Amino acid sequence: MKPSKAPTRTTARWREVPKYAFLSIVALLSIGPLYFMVVSATNTTQDVLGSSMLPGTNLIANWQSLTEFQDVGSAMYHSIINAVATTVLALVVCSIAGYGFEVYHSPNKDRLMWVLMLAMMIPFAATMIPLFQLFADAGLVNSTWAVVLPAIATPLLILLFRQSARSFPHEIIEAARIDGLKEVAIFWRMFVPTMKPTYAAAAVITFMTAWNNFLWPKVILVNPDYQTMPMLISNFTGGYVIDYGALMLAVLITSLPTIIIFFVLQRSFVAGFTGVVK
Amino acid sequence: MMTPVVRPDRATTTPAKRAKGTPRYSSPAARRRSLTGWAFLIPAAALIGIMMFWPMFQALILSFQTGRGSNLDWADPLTFNYDRMLDDDIFRLTLTTTLLYLVIQVPIMLVTALVLANILNNPRLKWKGFWRTAIFVPAAISLVSYSLVFRTIFATDGLVNDALIWVGFIDNPINWLGETNTARLVIILGLLWRWTGFNVIFYLAALQNIDPTTLEAAKMDGAGPIRTFFSVTIPQMKPMILLTVIMSTNGTIQMFDESYNLTRGGPANTTMTMSHYLFDVSFQNNPNFGYGAALSYVILIIVAVLAAIQMKVGDKRD
Repeated sequence: MKPSKAPTRTTARWREVPKYAFLSIVALLSIGPLYFMVVSATNTTQDVLGSSMLPGTNLIANWQSLTEFQDVGSAMYHSIINAVATTVLALVVCSIAGYGFEVYHSPNKDRLMWVLMLAMMIPFAATMIPLFQLFADAGLVNSTWAVVLPAIATPLLILLFRQSARSFPHEIIEAARIDGLKEVAIFWRMFVPTMKPTYAAAAVITFMTAWNNFLWPKVILVNPDYQTMPMLISNFTGGYVIDYGALMLAVLITSLPTIIIFFVLQRSFVAGFTGVVK
Repeated sequence: MMTPVVRPDRATTTPAKRAKGTPRYSSPAARRRSLTGWAFLIPAAALIGIMMFWPMFQALILSFQTGRGSNLDWADPLTFNYDRMLDDDIFRLTLTTTLLYLVIQVPIMLVTALVLANILNNPRLKWKGFWRTAIFVPAAISLVSYSLVFRTIFATDGLVNDALIWVGFIDNPINWLGETNTARLVIILGLLWRWTGFNVIFYLAALQNIDPTTLEAAKMDGAGPIRTFFSVTIPQMKPMILLTVIMSTNGTIQMFDESYNLTRGGPANTTMTMSHYLFDVSFQNNPNFGYGAALSYVILIIVAVLAAIQMKVGDKRD
């Protein structure tokens, strides 16, 4: 009772139509809001609310009205410092930990790994208040350290590096030891250069998470002088009259670094999220 | 128990025994290596301990205390903060709202992501790179950014109303963010927009790991594409589906950015999430760390219980 197979070419093609129609709608809904954000950054408030879908000529005026009341330079500076410091430190700390857990594994280290993985289930909300007290007692409110320190060591990143260390041939390590290379040198000169894709993937997800982080910076950066870009755009709507053109420009500037990273390093972006589970 | 760690005191006091017992390390080099290993993972372990485990226990202690600012003392009765929750209407509202988001948004999102991943995985699909990029790109946008874009396009005189009037679906603009139901709908639409593509990434990775011979076998046995999908593909994707369910659940329970930026919790706190309320209680107007900590433990317990249930259910279907 098999249905007649091998339909003619045209019917096969017609059968594809719903699929492509569905994809087109999804793609349109996906890109639409972003397109509107980009276009609106060049439009006046009237045009934004008039739902203009064409680029305007108000970009420079929007920039002027944005920078008149907001210190975009300072927010950008703090966003970059926070995200870069977090990324660099997270890569160092988590990669040596992942390597340590895999290459020198012992029952006790495996137990510790298991405990650290449990931290994945701790919601940030449950640690936020004591963390605030901790940094307040240390006099580190408004400091880069307060933003960076809680974000350096994450179970997910340790896991990612442990998985990649697993694929690192153990014979290379043994051979290097026989050649008299120190353990740190083996890690630095053999492991790091071969694991560049893992580092790229880890850097992409860490930078994006740090750049987009909002709740914790909002809690710990009390002084507006230290605010980050997401905080700046969040406070933007505080007034009665909203300059939508300037707001969309600020939102665009905030999104630009992560969008660029996404387009340039899409492979690392995908690998960063899925590398752990493969 | 595994091999006990050699204690230096025991080794020095009874040198005869050390020779008899199994040595912990086969050579001094091995011992040095093991210590190097510990040195490698101590920074990460210490940071996770200080920045995650310690505050978690500290929050539990805090949840049994009352007072203003840093002048905290044991609550009387000890469960004062937890008792207060039972009569707190806003807390109950944020709890139901958060669970509502979870129950409606997560299933719709994961099913859509599963369908999209299957379409994208077809090797004969045209313009695959374009579809993938278009579907993934929202995952690169910060939660605050997209919340503000959605706030703008769902404004009363915004893009969505203009489009719906133009098409002829509605005659008068809808006050999306001014009514409870529509404001909640906008939050759910926002979550779907931001996170569906993110989950497609995971499902595509899982699909690429599926053993092609199992699909061939299903075809040879006369199974159609739908049957193959449910009986062959889905079972092999189960670990990944479980992971995405747990991730999405955790994310939704802890949601803050959208509630704070898209709707500001309004109208009348009806779109406010638990984390948003926790933030207000702990850091706005009259900060109350004790009550905030108690609220945060409710979030912790919900996350733990849901994850435990999901893992149990995920295991059973084997």
